Amino acid sequence: MELVADCQGDLLIVTAMENRIDAAGAIQFKDRMREIVKVPARRVLLDLSRVAFLDSSGLGAVVAVMKLIGPERKLELVGLTPTVAKVFRLTRMDTIFTIHPALPEGLRHAG
Amino acid sequence: MPVDQPGSGAGGSAEPGNDPDCTRIVIPADPTAVREGLRALFDTLLLRGLAAAERGTAEIVLAEALNNIVEHAYARNSGKIELTLQLHCAELVCQIEDQGEAMPGEVLPRGRLPVITGPDALPEGGFGWHLIRALSRDLHYRRIDGRNQLSFRLDAGQSGG
Repeated sequence: MELVADCQGDLLIVTAMENRIDAAGAIQFKDRMREIVKVPARRVLLDLSRVAFLDSSGLGAVVAVMKLIGPERKLELVGLTPTVAKVFRLTRMDTIFTIHPALPEGLRHAG
Repeated sequence: MPVDQPGSGAGGSAEPGNDPDCTRIVIPADPTAVREGLRALFDTLLLRGLAAAERGTAEIVLAEALNNIVEHAYARNSGKIELTLQLHCAELVCQIEDQGEAMPGEVLPRGRLPVITGPDALPEGGFGWHLIRALSRDLHYRRIDGRNQLSFRLDAGQSGG
């Protein structure tokens, strides 16, 4: 599970480089995120624009990351692809996370 | 008897067989084989033409159903899962069989969404059956001769190109 972290001041942007976060990769995703979010950034943005597929295990892992960075920090999500957005919508997790359509200009990761 | 043809390799394989509207796949019960099996499946002639939204929906439902078998029916012990897909009148008729433990009470979970009571109590699981129920039709389960049979239908609209 390749995740690229980019810390810009108060902001930590994590880009998921894999095209799926599923039952076979959810634990790895959570473990990698646990390491990455040790950075004391106030905002954590998870860029999911390369992730075409996420199942309920992947969703559970994203929720787990939200809980482990909190309660004073929130996990914000960026760039949900259609199938991933469908999973968030159907489970009403779209009401829990702040979801941005895309990374703001100027914050886009070079890689 | 389990299957009329030998189980496939580690990642499973999708076989078009003689009927172009039918695909059958046998995979070992583990999450990586599920991932590889789905990849092979969506690469078959049968599914290659699915429109993007239908493909996404089918992948969610199949992944949830298969991973549920890995986690609960086989409880992470080894076993085989057999999946048969048939294209029929713009619908994908899906049947999944395994020889793991029966569903509790031999009925399907109701798939109610976990209740969200607060930010500290967010549920990390319990979404799978809700997704399957929300996205499939004619969902049926039965236990016969030590086997679980799950069947459902999905939209199979084709992409224009």
